[in-house]
Amino acid sequence: MSGTKKETGFSFTIDGVEITAYAGQTIMEAADEAGVYIPRLCDHQGLRHQGSCRVCTVKAGGRSVAACTQPAAPGQAVENETKHLNKMRRDLVEMLFHEGNHLCPICEASGNCELQAMAYRLDMTETTRFPYLEPCRALDASHPDIALDTNRCISCGRCIRASQDVDGKGIFGYVGRGIHRRVAVNGESLAETDAEVSDHAISKDVCPVGCIIRKRVGFVTPIGEREFDNGLIGHEIEEKRK
Amino acid sequence: MENGRSSSGGIDASVCEMAPVPAAEIAEICKTYGNDKHRMLDILRDVQDQYRCVAPSTMERIAEATGLTRIEVEGVASFYSFLSLTPKGRTSIRLCDDIVDRYTGLDAVTSAFEEVLDIRVGETSPDGAFSLEYTPCIGMCDQTPAAMINDVVMTKLTSETARRLAEALKSGQSPEHLVSDRFEALTPHERVTRMVDNNIRHAGDVLLGPVPEEAGLNHAAGITPTQIITAIEESGLRGCGGAGFTTGRKWRFAASERAEKHFVICNADEGEPGTFKDRVLLTERPHLVFEGMTIAARAVGASNGILYLRGEYVYLRELLEQVLEERRRRGLLGKNILGIKGFNFDVRLQLGAGAYICGEEGALISSCEGLPGEPKTRPPFPVNRGYLGYPTVVNNVETFCHAARILDRGAKWFHDMGTEGSHGTKLFSVCGDCLNPGIYELPYGHTVWEVLERVGGEDAAAVQVGGPSGTMIARDSFHRKLTFDDLATGGAIIIFNGDRNILEIVEYYMSFFVHESCGYCTPCRVGNVFLQKAIQKFRKGLANPEDIEYLKDLSGTIIETSRCGLGMTSPNPVLTTLQNFPLVYSAVTKPNKDGIRDTFDIQSAIDGARKIAKRRSYIFDRDFTQ
Repeated sequence: MSGTKKETGFSFTIDGVEITAYAGQTIMEAADEAGVYIPRLCDHQGLRHQGSCRVCTVKAGGRSVAACTQPAAPGQAVENETKHLNKMRRDLVEMLFHEGNHLCPICEASGNCELQAMAYRLDMTETTRFPYLEPCRALDASHPDIALDTNRCISCGRCIRASQDVDGKGIFGYVGRGIHRRVAVNGESLAETDAEVSDHAISKDVCPVGCIIRKRVGFVTPIGEREFDNGLIGHEIEEKRK
Repeated sequence: MENGRSSSGGIDASVCEMAPVPAAEIAEICKTYGNDKHRMLDILRDVQDQYRCVAPSTMERIAEATGLTRIEVEGVASFYSFLSLTPKGRTSIRLCDDIVDRYTGLDAVTSAFEEVLDIRVGETSPDGAFSLEYTPCIGMCDQTPAAMINDVVMTKLTSETARRLAEALKSGQSPEHLVSDRFEALTPHERVTRMVDNNIRHAGDVLLGPVPEEAGLNHAAGITPTQIITAIEESGLRGCGGAGFTTGRKWRFAASERAEKHFVICNADEGEPGTFKDRVLLTERPHLVFEGMTIAARAVGASNGILYLRGEYVYLRELLEQVLEERRRRGLLGKNILGIKGFNFDVRLQLGAGAYICGEEGALISSCEGLPGEPKTRPPFPVNRGYLGYPTVVNNVETFCHAARILDRGAKWFHDMGTEGSHGTKLFSVCGDCLNPGIYELPYGHTVWEVLERVGGEDAAAVQVGGPSGTMIARDSFHRKLTFDDLATGGAIIIFNGDRNILEIVEYYMSFFVHESCGYCTPCRVGNVFLQKAIQKFRKGLANPEDIEYLKDLSGTIIETSRCGLGMTSPNPVLTTLQNFPLVYSAVTKPNKDGIRDTFDIQSAIDGARKIAKRRSYIFDRDFTQ
């Protein structure tokens, strides 16, 4: 959508900052271009919008909506970085932490993990209040180059969309309902699918957490040089404005 | 409901152990539905009915035939409660596990089935003859305890009747023969009313009183689509499923959308616990339902319609198919309806398969499209881009019936009934602790108290208006009015007397929402589990005063960030009881002396390990002598 700019731009504001948007753009697309970061986990550059993690919840026209799927509207005043919204977002991130097993100190994704980075950005520093659900799903290490630990999955579905739309394969999909809903593979195990380590869906960028693991390359980046060691998540977008 | 660490959910390791189904048979089923992926729910229902499960090898065959991947088929098969990846019994017994059933002897009924069939709830007998399970509200709250036995419904069960039923089934009788030994000779309507009572206690002027045949449709045929919409707008009719959107506006939006096709869908996925009015309309006024749909079709220019019937109402399928057939024969459906050239409209039935969320407009459309019942992103709205991307009107069963009556009697007649903003009559399904549970057609505007007097429920201590997603009120609120502006309801009025435990009811309703959340968005998928766990803490007497704030806070986040109406209303049992029954909560909380808030229940945490080690605890076991 962001590629098909028409001349009919219009403006709206996010936290008082004037943003230009084009017909068909979502609030988040317009914000990204303007260098205003709206926190998100399930949304990812180049993939269809899903609107499931709800971390990008903003207030638009007095209603709470997902910025990744809500079309921008002319003249609208959108709230983003408010105490109230960041508290909601922190709750959602905490829910994701407690739904799975996220043990940062032993996780290969630590330092590159968007969930962890989001927790830092949202100041999740106090003891959390939620119970732990402690799933114990079997690790799928059947594939020669890839392992899957769905206990660390946050159901963002980025791998599903990447495999379907970018790789044209459809290796992943959701199964089950409610709290049992989870990402599964198109076969008895990953080895029986046509997954390859070179797939976009398997790449480091797509899985925001340590669920999809590329074998034999774990812990290669030293502490200090990992993606979020030197900046909050979202800083690349925010730097566009500076 | 177990959650989080449960391995159940029908999706884990265990697979269908039956002999593989011949590929040709699966191909044949798919072919019946034109190998159309949008008919996936029909395909999977047929497979489930014939082979008692949807096995992995079967999913591969279905995927091949419909051009999908296996994981996409599995996504659908694992979403719906009535589809199973592991084999079910040839006779599948589903006991309705609603709170009203629990309060009217469900335990005794369950024990009777368990003893006679020698299986526990959740199990299938080793010879594959029977499976026994619980299922949420099947729409029989006025005649509890109730059960589905394959496609047959049994109501008002007792321990004795359950035992007799189970023994008859075990001796080889078919479920149909339990209804009547001359079942085959009965008409569909007779079959339905032998199984289920209508319990119409009060017939009002609009729906349940005398209704002249096709008068609304005949009138609609003589006026323009715009005039039809205007009449509906002027009547003040609002959606009767619960949300209360203005029907006329919905039709106008859809009609103004230019598209190759339009669709009209009737939402008969009556899943809100305690609601059973559509069941009665579908039984007693099926022609009126289709008449209303046909009028809507003329108004918006649709030539295709779908009636989405919840899986629990499968016993009504035959009756509805017969009515559709009759209407086609009489020229009330099909090409050139009533002889008007170009007035073409037909309806197909879409059976659901056990998913409350499919009552949500977008989820219902997803389900009709053969997808898991997940709500759709809005915008676009269904009236703009709905079923298969075409403009679609989705209305409740009762709404269509009202529309047909408005076209007959005029907008003013309807508008004059009820109150400002809530016009006409409403079907209330009343159940729980009262003398006369059943259906009451009343104009909007009655107080709860007036209804209680009418139904013999004056002893009520609490009334759940609108089902779990509605409001639980106490005696001090019985003066409140049943209107959209005060106490809105899709019809459910559930009455609880002073002996009922409010927290038990709240926990049941939360477990219902946990079971029925589609799981798409974080707050509803995870937050509701946490709310349920928090209520359990109160019930165990482990809660602190701070936990009350926690309940409110967590509820706030779920409501504000959820993607659809389910999550936006699921904390209501908690919030409305906190507001209207505060003492129930404060009575079971106690402050911690050290000011530390327990988030960890050591007893349940080590319970599993203790069971494995077969050790008992001097400190934590309540009664060590057990």
